[in-house]
Amino acid sequence: MDMKRSHYEDIRLFSSRVVFAWFLVFAGVLVSYPFAASWLGKNYYIYMANYMAINVIVAVGLNLLVGYAGQISLGHAGFFGIGAYGTVLLMTKLQVPFVLALPLAGLAAAGFGFLLGLPALRLEGPYLAVATLGFGLTVTQIIGRWDLFGGRQGLHAPPLALGPVTLAGDFNLYWLIVPTAVVMTMAARNITKTKVGRAFVAIRDSDVAAHTMGVNLTYYKTLAFAVSAFYTGVAGGLYAFALGFIEPQTFNLMLSILFLSMVVVGGLGSIFGSVVGAMLLSLLNLKLASVHTLPFLGPVLLQLSESWFTVSGLPNFQYIVYGLIMFLIIVFEPLGIFGFWIRTKIYWKSYPF
Amino acid sequence: MAFFSTEGLSISFGGLKALADVSIDVQRNSISAIIGPNGAGKTTLFNCISGIYRAQQGRIIFKDKEIHRLPPHKIAALGIARTYQNVELFAHMTTMDNLMLGRHLFLKTGLLSGATLFHSRSRSARDEIANRDRVEQIIDFLELQAARNEFVSNLPFGTQKKVELGRALALEPELLLLDEPCAGMNVEEKQDLMIWLKDIQEEFGITCLLIEHDMSLVMEISERITVLNYGRKIAEGTPDQIQNDPQVLEAYLGGDDRAEN
Ligand SMILES: Nc1ncnc2c1ncn2[C@@H]1O[C@H](COP(=O)(O)OP(=O)(O)OP(=O)(O)O)[C@@H](O)[C@H]1O
Ligand SMILES: [Mg+2]
Repeated sequence: MDMKRSHYEDIRLFSSRVVFAWFLVFAGVLVSYPFAASWLGKNYYIYMANYMAINVIVAVGLNLLVGYAGQISLGHAGFFGIGAYGTVLLMTKLQVPFVLALPLAGLAAAGFGFLLGLPALRLEGPYLAVATLGFGLTVTQIIGRWDLFGGRQGLHAPPLALGPVTLAGDFNLYWLIVPTAVVMTMAARNITKTKVGRAFVAIRDSDVAAHTMGVNLTYYKTLAFAVSAFYTGVAGGLYAFALGFIEPQTFNLMLSILFLSMVVVGGLGSIFGSVVGAMLLSLLNLKLASVHTLPFLGPVLLQLSESWFTVSGLPNFQYIVYGLIMFLIIVFEPLGIFGFWIRTKIYWKSYPF
Repeated sequence: MAFFSTEGLSISFGGLKALADVSIDVQRNSISAIIGPNGAGKTTLFNCISGIYRAQQGRIIFKDKEIHRLPPHKIAALGIARTYQNVELFAHMTTMDNLMLGRHLFLKTGLLSGATLFHSRSRSARDEIANRDRVEQIIDFLELQAARNEFVSNLPFGTQKKVELGRALALEPELLLLDEPCAGMNVEEKQDLMIWLKDIQEEFGITCLLIEHDMSLVMEISERITVLNYGRKIAEGTPDQIQNDPQVLEAYLGGDDRAEN
């Protein structure tokens, strides 16, 4: 491996023709997917894809913070909420067009991310977790009690106009949400290959050494929070339209934990892993929410839950499953899906021997 | 005025005086050494210079500028780089990326230009490539080619020490602080290191200040030696003077009771 490669080869987006070919295949699938789904009359599948793409944006952004910069956040549902409410309110109250409202709401989330990053300069590990947790809960509380935010009743998303065209329905939204997710994922990957991403990892691996090599810890730690919050805020803005309706209860602690599980399942410090982790857990989340409707298993679980955990059915079943998955991953494969992928790749490389 | 000096530096941890009134002078483009028994305060002195610890008393002056109130990244930007006794590399990065981090202060790529690295002529790509060329020279100089794309945590300790030296050189410092650079190296690696240090001094014009326990290396390479014991400077001078100093002999022979910490 000591062969000197051209420097650009090391950092470019598509490190080889094979990778580029796979990307083309993937892009092809993404383009034909909504047509196939609507041809089959399965509009719900398009909604699912939109939901997944939104979570991919969050997971990628959160991984920049948690996996790369080595900070923890249990408050990302707060940024998600700021993005969602910010976009909707900018459009309804101030008549800001969507193309501006979405990035502005993302920047607002980034601003809060910056503020949340300030305590991160002094706090570590569990203390930071509690601080971010507090932030997330505060956002939910404020949104729930302030009339401007529609209070407990929530808000309806306004019609989404992109210049002359109005995007309505899952099929149309797909062409907004999925490309945004693809572009933001590629941008995140580029960040990790250049100065800023390296500074993030350096802070994670040894903040003392990073500091004495000239990395301004204050700047890069708060930047990590801000970038991560921006990603999450933009995802929140898109979510408001994918769902059509937002209410404060959505942006609760459980959502923050779901986001974190996506990153852990996918693999800390891997953009590719975040994409896969987010897609898997989104799917699981949609499926588990309706687990009680499954034949056989549904009634059994319902009964189990009623006799042991709660009297109201299976509302928290997902979280028990996420807890279990996180536990298993941390014990058996700390690198998540990414680690699994690396090991399979090595296995196949040396396969016949 | 000396190129670099400390004046009356003192710091204590709890009741322990780790440094007491330490003054040293370093001439531009020299190689100097700091020696002393275990726990003498050598590493603490480096930590004060690079801004990790703040001395409770005294001043540190680098090129006529007071630096003892500056944070570490500003001190680095003035041209002081260091290595660590127990190696502080970025374990989950490759050798290449570790050295590229050494170029942090030279890279101009911000967040947005980094995010838009989409072709080889983009601003960030040109910036990266130019700095990679520089890093490549350091890799060649330290013969780290075989380690280029390895994660540093998989490298033997001696090689990790070399990577750390390379990372410090990538910062293009004027003053290089080396904390036990040849600990864990075999005889051959020590020979190489000696030659490199000479090159670093003569060809790159970098001033070196090193902490080292290997007396033969210290005596051969350094022009001036400062001896610390219990946080105090007990002697300074040329290698010849130090080798014959009764207080130094006393510190090394009599101080064995603390040798094990
Ligand atoms: N952060 C700290 N907190 C408490 N005590 C410290 C701290 N840093 C250093 N010390 C103490 O200061 C004294 C000097 O330590 P230092 O690491 O500078 O010694 P040294 O000369 O580098 O020794 P060695 O040759 O073993 O590396 C030691 O007694 C050490 O325990
Ligand atoms: Mg030491």
